[in-house]
Amino acid sequence: MIRSQVLVCGGTGCTSSGSQKIKEAFENEIKAKGLEEEVKVVGTGCFGLCAVGPIVIVYPDGTFYSMISAENVPEIVEEHLLKGRPVEKYMHHEHDEAIAEKLPTSLADTTFYKKQKRVALRNCGVINPEEIDEYIALDGYQALAKVLTEMKPEDVIQTILDSGLRGRGGGGFPTGRKWSFAAAQPAGKKYVVCNADEGDPGAFMDRSILEGDPHAVLEAMAIAGYAIGADEGYIYVRAEYPIAIHRLEIAIGQAREYGLLGNDIFGTGFNFDIKLRFGAGAFVCGEETALLTSIEGNRGEPRPRPPFPAVKGLFGKPTIINNVETYANICQIILKGADWFASMGTEKSKGTKVFALGGKITNTGLVEIPMGTTLREVVEEIGGGIPNGKKFKAAQTGGPSGGCIPASLFDTPIDYDSLIAIGSMMGSGGLIVMDEDTCMVDIAKFFLDFTVDESCGKCAPCRLGTRRLLEILDKITSGNGELEDIDKLEELCNYIKSASLCGLGQTAPNPVLSTLRYFRDEYVAHVVDKKCPAGVCKGLLSYEIIADKCKGCTACSRKCPVSAISGTVKNPHVIDTTKCVKCGVCMETCKFGAIVKH
Amino acid sequence: MKKNLTTVMFRGTKSQEEALCAVIEKNRDTKGALMPILQQAQEIYGYLPIEVLKIIAEKTDISVEEVYGVASFYSQFSFNPKGEVAIAVCLGTACYVKGSQGVLDRITQKLGLVPGATTPDGKYSLEATRCIGACGLAPVMTINNDVYGRLKKEDVDDILAKYE
Repeated sequence: MIRSQVLVCGGTGCTSSGSQKIKEAFENEIKAKGLEEEVKVVGTGCFGLCAVGPIVIVYPDGTFYSMISAENVPEIVEEHLLKGRPVEKYMHHEHDEAIAEKLPTSLADTTFYKKQKRVALRNCGVINPEEIDEYIALDGYQALAKVLTEMKPEDVIQTILDSGLRGRGGGGFPTGRKWSFAAAQPAGKKYVVCNADEGDPGAFMDRSILEGDPHAVLEAMAIAGYAIGADEGYIYVRAEYPIAIHRLEIAIGQAREYGLLGNDIFGTGFNFDIKLRFGAGAFVCGEETALLTSIEGNRGEPRPRPPFPAVKGLFGKPTIINNVETYANICQIILKGADWFASMGTEKSKGTKVFALGGKITNTGLVEIPMGTTLREVVEEIGGGIPNGKKFKAAQTGGPSGGCIPASLFDTPIDYDSLIAIGSMMGSGGLIVMDEDTCMVDIAKFFLDFTVDESCGKCAPCRLGTRRLLEILDKITSGNGELEDIDKLEELCNYIKSASLCGLGQTAPNPVLSTLRYFRDEYVAHVVDKKCPAGVCKGLLSYEIIADKCKGCTACSRKCPVSAISGTVKNPHVIDTTKCVKCGVCMETCKFGAIVKH
Repeated sequence: MKKNLTTVMFRGTKSQEEALCAVIEKNRDTKGALMPILQQAQEIYGYLPIEVLKIIAEKTDISVEEVYGVASFYSQFSFNPKGEVAIAVCLGTACYVKGSQGVLDRITQKLGLVPGATTPDGKYSLEATRCIGACGLAPVMTINNDVYGRLKKEDVDDILAKYE
C-alpha cells in the first residue's frame, strides 16, 4: 500500500541543480529503510518556482521542501517518511505579514502560486510525465475520445473559434481560423505541425510543458488532425532540449502502444501518427515558413506568404502549425467548453498565458496568469519584486522581437493588444526584469547582436539593416556616438520594419525603438555626456583608486589580469587607464571600497 | 552565423564511417532526411569536418555545396572538434542581465580563448550559447555535463581549476 508520495522536480532548472541525484538518494534511502512498499518516488515536470530549486514535495501532507541537496535526503526520510515528522528547517518559508515572521508554506499557498491560474501547466509538477496512466487518470485522452465519437470536424473548429484562443507563440493569430483555412482545403494529404523551436532567450514554457505534460500536446495534435483531415503530425523541437525530447519519445511510444496514436484510434477509423524532428539552433526556424523549410531538410529560410501554410505548407501540402502552449490549451477547451475558456482573460485575449519570469526578480520561474493581469501584479506580487533593494527599471517581453516596458507603464494589463500598443509584444512569453544596474542601450545592443547573428540572410533589409543598427549602437556604447546617430537609428528601424520578409526582420528593430521611446535620455547621456548612467558600457567607464582610502594592501594589483595597477606596499596604488581592460576585478577585490567606477 | 573550418587533422575511423553509412541507409526513404543525418553524423564524429560532409553528399546524392549550406546554417553543427573541457556560457537574456558577459570575459582572459574556438592542444573549447533554459539559476555555464549556476565572475578561477 502506498501511503506517501515524494515528488521530485525533473524540469531542466532543477535537473541542472542536481535533482536527479536527489531522486536517486530518496530511492536508495527509502529502500534502506524498507519503505519501498509504502513510499513512492515520482519524478515530475517543472513546478514553476525555479528560484528555490531543487524542489521536493511530499504528499499527502503537501510539505514543500526547497533548495534541497542530496545530503539532506537521509534526514528527511528518517524523520518525515519513517517517523512522520516533517523537517521544518528544509521547508520553504515565506514571510507572513500578520505576525511578521517566516513560516513554512505549502506550494499552493505561496504568493507565487496564489494569483496563478493553471490551464496549460495544469499537469506540470503534478504527474509523472513518463507514465501515460497518470495522464489518463487526470482526464487524459478524454478530449480526443469525445471529439472522435461525438463531434464532427466542423464542430471542433467552431468550439476552438468560440473559445477565442489565439496563438501562444507570439503572433496571436486566432487558432480556430487557422484550422478552418486548412480544413477548407480539398481532402488529401495534410499535416499538423507543432512548433517547439523555442528560441526566444529566457523563455522556457514550451520546454516545461513538453517535459511535464507531453501527452497533452500529442492529444491536441491528434484533435487538430481530426479537425482538418490530417493523418500525420510533426513536432519540431530544439535539439538543445534533451529532457523534453526524451519524454516526447517515451510519450509517443506509450500512446502508440495504447492505440491512441496510429491506425483506427478508438475504433473510429481515424488514423494519426506523430514524428519528431530536431531543430539545430537557428532562431529563424521559430518562424512558421522557415520551420517548414527546415523540416524539409533545407536551410531554414522563410518563404514569402501568401501562400500561407494552411494552403501550401509542409512538402507543399496544407498544414497547420501551432505552438506548444497553444496545443496545451486545446484538450481543456474541448472538455470544459468554449464558454469556460472565454470567461477568462480580456475581451480580445482569452484564457491564460504562461510567462517565464527571469532576470532581476526574486521568484524566477514559470507563471501562468489570466490575460489582463497587470505587469505590476506579475512583478511585485507573483514575482516577489526586485532583490537586493534595487529599483525596477524595465520589463522586457517578446525577446528579440519585443520591447522594454518602463515603470510608468507598470499598470498595463498583459494581453496581445495592450502590449503591442506600448511598443512591445506578447512573444512566446519571456518576461525579463531589469533593475537600475541594467543599461538600456546595452540591452538594445544585446538583442541586435542576437538578431544579426540569427538573421538568415535571405532578404537585404534584415541582413544588412540589422548589421548597420548594431554598428551604430556599438559606436554609441563605445563613446563615439553623435546626436544624429539617434535619428539615424530611428529612421533605419522603420525601414527594416516595413521592408523585411519575415517576422524576424519585421520585429528586430523593436528593442531599439522601445528603448528609444522610453529611455531616450540614456541614449543622450551616452552620446552627449559620454556617460553610461548604469555603469555597464565599458567604453564609457573608467576605474579610479581613491588615494585616501587605499591602504596599499596590493590585493588589486596582484589580481589585475593586465598588470595595469602599480604601487608599493602601504602606499596608494594607481590604475594605468591606458592598460585597463575594465574587467572590474580590482573593485571586487578591494576590501576598503577604495576603487570607484565612473 | 559565421563559422570557421577547422585546422585539426581528420582522424575518422572505418567503424565511424560504417556507422554513418548505416544512418544514411536507414534514412533513405525519409523525406527531408538531411538534417537528421547531419545530427547523427555529429553524434558519431563529435563534429562535422569537410571529410564527413563529403561522405554524406556522395551517399545521399545531394551536392556537397548543399550539404555544406545546410550544415553551416545551423549553429548546432560544429565544424570544429570540441575540447576535452568543453565550456559553454549561457548568453540568454536572463543570464546576460545577471552578468554572464562578465563570466565569459573572465574565461576568455584566463584561457586566452575567444568564444567559438578551441585551444591548439585540444584541451579547452569555449562557446557562448543561447538560452539553455535554466533561467532560475542564472547566470549559468556548463562544462562537459556539469552545470554551474548562480555564478559570479569571481567563481570562474576555482571552477576552472577543477578541470586542469
